[in-house]
Amino acid sequence: MTVNELASALKLRVVTMPEPDTVVEGGYAGDLLSWVMGNATQGCAWMTIMTNRNIVAVAQLIDMACVIITEGSDIPEDVVQLAEKQGINILATDQPTYETCVRVSSLI
Amino acid sequence: MPEPLKFTYDINGENFASAGEASMQIKKELRSLGFAPETIRRVSIAMYEGEINMVIHAGGGVAEVLVCPEKIEITLTDHGPGIPDIDLAMQEGYSTAPDAIRSIGFGAGMGLPNMKKYTDEMIIESEVQKGTKVFMRVDVK
Ligand SMILES: Nc1ncnc2c1ncn2[C@@H]1O[C@H](COP(=O)(O)OP(=O)(O)OP(=O)(O)O)[C@@H](O)[C@H]1O
Ligand SMILES: [Mg+2]
Repeated sequence: MTVNELASALKLRVVTMPEPDTVVEGGYAGDLLSWVMGNATQGCAWMTIMTNRNIVAVAQLIDMACVIITEGSDIPEDVVQLAEKQGINILATDQPTYETCVRVSSLI
Repeated sequence: MPEPLKFTYDINGENFASAGEASMQIKKELRSLGFAPETIRRVSIAMYEGEINMVIHAGGGVAEVLVCPEKIEITLTDHGPGIPDIDLAMQEGYSTAPDAIRSIGFGAGMGLPNMKKYTDEMIIESEVQKGTKVFMRVDVK
């Protein structure tokens, strides 16, 4: 399933989607960045409540399919711009991380 | 690529928001040079953790990356407070990151262990109140 398809199937808010056709190959959840850095896999959808600029670096360096910001966290405009520039898809939802993971898992 | 390529980055310690930019840049360079994704991943993760550490713990520094066909070497040099006990700092979960830094997702104490895990060699030289030098080598397989 592509990021675009995932976003519509789960009615996720599209914050920015410069690479809509990237295939989602797995999922990872976590908020401690260096933990995520050491353990998340390429092509995953990453569920996190973190919204600062460093999430873009983590997603870009791991080659993630997308970041899904959960729990309705606000995303600063400069983070959106950086994600666009780096080709990182960011989606968002008001749902908690656990529920989001369950829903993503039922689709991929 | 007959000659080794050298990339040098000034890592700004003031501008926390830009942290990670040198690593993202190196990743792009390595990709355009045609390195395997796994090699690129190992170099980028190791360099990112080192870059962030210089920003958070040392007020910035310099990152030098030497790219050869058979290996990639990263040297990170800062003039921060130094690491008093390197063995302790290397332990998973050990972190002196302040609360403000933890609140944006750092401070798991996993950076140095990640750097060790993703490189073939890592040497830390540090002197308290003088600074820290981290050398890492990733072999191209
Ligand atoms: N360049 C440095 N200068 C001074 N101290 C450092 C430096 N790099 C690491 N340290 C010390 O080593 C500790 C462990 O570093 P490590 O990268 O493993 O964890 P962290 O940076 O605290 O958290 P994380 O990397 O998980 O976000 C740091 O908390 C800090 O005390
Ligand atoms: Mg660290």
